[in-house]
Amino acid sequence: MLKRLLANHLNRSTYFCLGALALALLPWVVGAGGGNYWVRVLDFALLYIILALGLNVVVGFAGLLDLGYIAFYALGAYSYALLASPHLPQHFETIAAALPQGMHFSPWAVALFAILLAALFGMILGLPTLQLRGDYLAIVTLGFGEIIRIFMNNLDRPLNLTNGPKGITAIDPLQLFGLSFTKPLDLGFVQIPGLYLVFYLFLALAIAVTIVCLHLQNSRIGRAWVAIREDEIAAKAMGINTRNMKLLAFAIGASFAGVAGVLFSAFQGFVSPESFTLWESIVVLAMVVLGGIGHIPGVILGAIVLAVFPEVLRGVAEPIQKALFGHVIVDVEVIRQLIYGLALILIMLYRPGGIWQKGDSK
Amino acid sequence: MSTHLLLDVTDVSKRFGGVQALDSVGLQVPHGAIVGLIGPNGAGKTTFFNVITGLYPADSGIFLFDGKGYFPESVSQVTKSGLARTFQNIRLFGEMSVLENVMVGCHCRSKAGVLGAIFRFPSTGREERAIREKSRALLAYVGLSEYADMQARNLSYGHQRRLEIARALATEPKLLALDEPAAGMNATEKLELRELLLRIRADGKTILLIEHDVSLVMGICDHLTVLDYGKVIAAGKPADVRVHPEVIKAYLGQGAV
Repeated sequence: MLKRLLANHLNRSTYFCLGALALALLPWVVGAGGGNYWVRVLDFALLYIILALGLNVVVGFAGLLDLGYIAFYALGAYSYALLASPHLPQHFETIAAALPQGMHFSPWAVALFAILLAALFGMILGLPTLQLRGDYLAIVTLGFGEIIRIFMNNLDRPLNLTNGPKGITAIDPLQLFGLSFTKPLDLGFVQIPGLYLVFYLFLALAIAVTIVCLHLQNSRIGRAWVAIREDEIAAKAMGINTRNMKLLAFAIGASFAGVAGVLFSAFQGFVSPESFTLWESIVVLAMVVLGGIGHIPGVILGAIVLAVFPEVLRGVAEPIQKALFGHVIVDVEVIRQLIYGLALILIMLYRPGGIWQKGDSK
Repeated sequence: MSTHLLLDVTDVSKRFGGVQALDSVGLQVPHGAIVGLIGPNGAGKTTFFNVITGLYPADSGIFLFDGKGYFPESVSQVTKSGLARTFQNIRLFGEMSVLENVMVGCHCRSKAGVLGAIFRFPSTGREERAIREKSRALLAYVGLSEYADMQARNLSYGHQRRLEIARALATEPKLLALDEPAAGMNATEKLELRELLLRIRADGKTILLIEHDVSLVMGICDHLTVLDYGKVIAAGKPADVRVHPEVIKAYLGQGAV
């Protein structure tokens, strides 16, 4: 008994060490094989994991179909863009006078602010939609997402708050305790490029978010969410305050997106309303649904697959068409959307729980 | 307003459009009793349950529970105050495991908040273990231990009804309101259910029961209230009620009297 327990434990820690080692080496392997471009793809995949896990709280756990989720991502991204770029001082003299050094808030302070802001907006979206379910809720949330984007697009007049469709540039890059993520870190024996550092940072955050999700899932709150999803009346009869629990799901899901938005705008150095279209909401929802709705490992898998797949397609579809026909016949973007649609239909037909659904792991 | 009554409701009325579903219905449930609510289909029994548990707002009525006045507006508040129910058309959380269904029932008697859930404080961990133990004990109580990890929707019909009772018991009710718990059960299952109900009563709970199965109702109820077309037509001891002319008329028709 003890021997087996020990062997089991050993096994687990060996797996854990191997996994950690593989993740640590991943950017180096990918970087050596495909260059910085592919490391960037990895970095974005990690951001999408955070986004998809947040949406999974709303859609997967609580069963509230949210098609405007990207709005919270936009709120986070614009919060940091405004608080850590020359944009506001340039357009408002009072701010320029008050801050002679310019606006340079720390991304982590803004991340905290974005969590609260996004959670607040999540509840603002949740309150009027408490009685709605399914399709009706989807339509209202879709409208909410579009409203936020259109605001970002048009708030350059009469006061230039967001710089409209041109977006905000020259956003301060990521940094952590003086460690810059734009230049390589010299450890003496090895130099770690900035993009690799971003990978490690995003990886740490994605792991933290995963742990938070796992904790939530195995708590009375996570159970209450699933109960509401399964049968709202029975959930009420169990003494669950369904109104508060739904608002909480909206708020927590939104706050994940708020953090991801801050990271996105710091990493990218540039934000514009174009990054927050309905299509983006749908991509994140597709990650959740395709991967395994309500099942955390599945959602992570879905996020990775759908974040990496378009890039692979971009690298493959054009050269193949050129080799076959001499020129590009079908645009890669069109092929991508076609395959997305087809994949979703196939999943719904043959595996409605997603690629990696609950119960598969055991 | 005697103190030996756990539930004392009078003059409950509820109208759906042109249908008077409940017309000045009164019902008293003494502490520690099993009270049956019977009547032909469509008499208003389930509507009465839905009204006293706050699912439908009442048009009028005086509600006393455990000596205190309450107005059933919120289902979750009613459950918290100690009145738990099951449903006629079983409403389990189908995708969750049998054990998790009972654990959901512990929701209103536990208190871990968001931060506790996210950071898993030692107190949260303790509470979580307590919930798990209590739920396992309740599954053993209703005889479903061996199915703990099965998905609830895969249980047999009779077992699903038992699970609903276990889940309702997890809310630590003073009054357990069961809406046709024997429906669809075979003779053996009915016998087991009868034993379970008697055991629950022996353990200090009070039961309000809607049931069609006459032998079950007559066998275990201390009091019966009979509804027909939204009105109370008879109330009293089972032996008296079964010979009541109004009751015979309601069940068998005018000519039977």
